[in-house]
Amino acid sequence: MLSVCFKSIRPVNRSWLNFSYQLVNNYATASEASFETNPCKLHKLDQGPSTNVTVSRDDALKYYREMQMIRRMETVAGNLYKSKIIRGFCHLYSGQEAICVGMEAAIKKEDAVITAYRAHGWSYIRGVSILGVLAELTGRVSGCALGKGGSMHMYNDNFFGGNGIVGAQVPLGAGIAFAKKYTNADEICITLYGDGAANQGQLFEAYNMAKLWNLPCIFVCENNGYAMGTSLDRSSASTTYYTRGDYIPGVQVDGMDVLAVRECTKFARDFVLKNGPILIEASTYRYSGHSMSDPGTSYRTREEVQEVRERRDPISKFKERIQTSNLATPEEIKKIDQEVRKLVDEAAEQAKTDPELPLEELYNKIYYQPPSNYKVRGCDPSILAPST
Amino acid sequence: MTVRDALNSALDEELKRDEKVFLMGEEVAQYDGAYKVSKGLLNKYGDKRVIDTPITEMGFAGLAVGAAMAGLKPIVEFMTFNFSMQAIDQVINSAAKTYYMSAGKVPVNIVFRGPNGAAAGVAAQHSQCFGAWYAHCPGLKVVSPYSSEDAKGLLKAAIRDPNPVICLENEILYGVPFEMSDEALSDDFVLPIGKAKIEREGDHISLITHSRYVGVCLDAAEELAGKGIECEVVNLRSLRPLDEETIIKSVQKTGHVVTVDGGWPQYGVGAEISALVAESSAFNYLDAPILRVTGADVPMPYAKSLEALALPQPFNVIKAVKRSLNVS
Repeated sequence: MLSVCFKSIRPVNRSWLNFSYQLVNNYATASEASFETNPCKLHKLDQGPSTNVTVSRDDALKYYREMQMIRRMETVAGNLYKSKIIRGFCHLYSGQEAICVGMEAAIKKEDAVITAYRAHGWSYIRGVSILGVLAELTGRVSGCALGKGGSMHMYNDNFFGGNGIVGAQVPLGAGIAFAKKYTNADEICITLYGDGAANQGQLFEAYNMAKLWNLPCIFVCENNGYAMGTSLDRSSASTTYYTRGDYIPGVQVDGMDVLAVRECTKFARDFVLKNGPILIEASTYRYSGHSMSDPGTSYRTREEVQEVRERRDPISKFKERIQTSNLATPEEIKKIDQEVRKLVDEAAEQAKTDPELPLEELYNKIYYQPPSNYKVRGCDPSILAPST
Repeated sequence: MTVRDALNSALDEELKRDEKVFLMGEEVAQYDGAYKVSKGLLNKYGDKRVIDTPITEMGFAGLAVGAAMAGLKPIVEFMTFNFSMQAIDQVINSAAKTYYMSAGKVPVNIVFRGPNGAAAGVAAQHSQCFGAWYAHCPGLKVVSPYSSEDAKGLLKAAIRDPNPVICLENEILYGVPFEMSDEALSDDFVLPIGKAKIEREGDHISLITHSRYVGVCLDAAEELAGKGIECEVVNLRSLRPLDEETIIKSVQKTGHVVTVDGGWPQYGVGAEISALVAESSAFNYLDAPILRVTGADVPMPYAKSLEALALPQPFNVIKAVKRSLNVS
């Protein structure tokens, strides 16, 4: 952007904002800045991700915008749910945005991602539009799965969902990584699960095969502290999830710091392409309940939630960072906030008013390329519908 | 050619034909397969394409489904389908439903195959037919070969099919030799999924069956022919989609139906065919109620005499035929 006229390094010492920054220009906006992140805890690794991270102004604004977009989208989704426009399941990602935004920033579009049922943020970051997510939630034709999947079943190129069965996506993710290796693609798969799924047996089956065959798979435990209403110390004999791959090296990263997550994922991506699987535990927090039927207050205190919002919120923290380091002005931030609000609100409006699929679509897409005369039975013997 | 060799040549030909096809399962590679169905394939195609897995059914079934979602064409061998119960969530929730849930974005081209149904002397946990279990589920296709020709043609069709297909083989049949037509010996021999085969024509009664029980029905039909009763034996070949047309035509021709399968009676293959006929135009052609011959409604016992009593035999079929035709 601007040529370097002035550089200074001013360490800032705050208990929860541990970073230094470089001003490229003392008066105008900086083109990049460096920060110190909290060091990662390591398992079976001599060296971890760098704690000195640099971010360009463009990227910083991009990450901020993406995190805000997800936060706003989830707020709107929660409201649509409360007004009964979204049905069934709806698991919000608010609080965890830094993970998907930071990881996406470190991988290629051709890399794959598969996640669990808390899939809205990941769907968006993998290229599904806000409308594609919200309309999927409202079950409308403009949803990314045309309203056939709902909250937990959203897909895009190299994004394999959304899976409603806790832990089932983990062997699938190992299999996607297997396919990457099989086809000699220089690509990886990020396979996510929560601290709840971390106790499913099939995870350990997937770890074992991933290590046996050195698959380029990054297993990511998004540890938000609660498996539904069960806190991790009540669910897990070992709560150091980054070590639970045993023979698989692991990293614990601050999942509330988008730059730390990005750096850690870059490290992990390089690592798995050379060495086989790695496990990342990203420590995070969810502000909402497990799902919309859970107010999220019976197993934790309101104070706890409030404290995280005030002290660890990934967006506020990042906003302060990029403002203090002069990567963005308050006006620019405000402008992004306004744009985000407008975009999400418009998408929400369309998600409310778009039609649902035509009824005959009930019978389609059961089989890929079904025989031309294939008929599907409806609920009574008089209904035999064609299927394409 | 034995059914085992027919399956082996199907695997061999399809591995040769398409690089995306690979075989994965317990003991399929170095051991040549627990039942030697994959014999020689490791030597021919190497350990990238013929892969021994740990004993971890849910894990490798899921891993294979993931590979299929990412564009490969895995063949998963369950050492027996009994062990597929460990993995049934991945088969149904991941393989069968993803194409629909994604509104067509993510097809899953995968085959799950292995011996199904009761073998001999292996007791309750290893003697069970999964035909009804899997054929219940939309999104899956289910084939159930009887002869060597069936085995080769249906397995090849399953591998080429872009959907998840369950191939239910039968251990007892693995060593049984059948004639193979010249056509069936060709690399391009593929049987259509969803099409039944009339194994024996007859005018008096339709025996609708699959897998090993096609043989049981043919034996019964032979004996009954000596008494002037001509049975039409319908080999379903596919349990899903079911060949309703062939079933209905046969019922319209004979007016009498006995279903014969090795699964448990309740909610089983026979029950489905009975309901299908009852709801169809063929119902009016029936001259007697449909009767089911099935496995006994018990977990499989070990003792030989009890085991024999738990599975359909020709005399069960003959009894049912006589009752349907009201002859003694």
